Amino acid sequence: MHAASPESQALLARLTAALIAKGVTTDAEIAAQIASTNRASPEIGARMVARAWTDPDYRALMLRDGSAAAEAMGVSMAGMPPLGVLADTPGLHHVVVCTLCSCYPRAVLGYPPGWFKSSSYRARMVRDPRAVLAEWGTVLPAEVALRVVDSTADYRWMVLPERPAGTEGWDAAQLAAIVTRDALVGVSLPQP
Amino acid sequence: MSPGTQVRVKADFPETRGPCHIRTPHYLRGRLGVVERHLGDFPNPEDLAFARPAARVPLFHVRFDQPSLWQEGAAGDALLVEIFAHWLEPV
Repeated sequence: MHAASPESQALLARLTAALIAKGVTTDAEIAAQIASTNRASPEIGARMVARAWTDPDYRALMLRDGSAAAEAMGVSMAGMPPLGVLADTPGLHHVVVCTLCSCYPRAVLGYPPGWFKSSSYRARMVRDPRAVLAEWGTVLPAEVALRVVDSTADYRWMVLPERPAGTEGWDAAQLAAIVTRDALVGVSLPQP
Repeated sequence: MSPGTQVRVKADFPETRGPCHIRTPHYLRGRLGVVERHLGDFPNPEDLAFARPAARVPLFHVRFDQPSLWQEGAAGDALLVEIFAHWLEPV
């Protein structure tokens, strides 16, 4: 992540001072939110996926209410947008983009990578998604349909990929280790 | 707007109706889609953007055929986009 310019830091300082002066937020609230965002990482999403692969009840909860499934893994979703989970099937794959800005399921994946926020990813993923995926090495067979999920409103979306063949008998920790950050938004697939 | 209903994204712009905040991607304005499901009701972003009291309005997941939008791509591929009911019109 590149460092903020002195101008943008000064602007941010003036904005937070104004919000605190107006009683919109407090220093403590800002510090708590930063700490919570810093704690989040793709390992949380990976543990959710691994559990969904091994526990049908948890998988059902995840698809019904992603926020509740995150809470069940000890993540506080207070004040966070609702989490939606997109389940891949053998004939359907999902990939997430936010063309309007850079909405990303930070509560369970942490900070978005730079490419997710880039205008080239955001423009190209809705127009030529299979070519963009191929650049990640994700070549979808023609018989697998692709759904590009453009995150434009109140939900934040993560992908529940298919459990790959060759992982039979693996425990949740082994499974979580193959669920990468990129797989959680669908640009790559878990590899055993 | 039950699942399966065909809808059109309103071709609405601040340039035609004055200052407003419409969160539909430009590439979908005026385009046809199909309601996938109701995602819940959320405060209207058009009011939130101007710090006005915001009523909760229905939000839908709407599916768009990907090749039809761009005249290229693989048959069967689709886009799934969150759009508020008042930014959609019946076909």
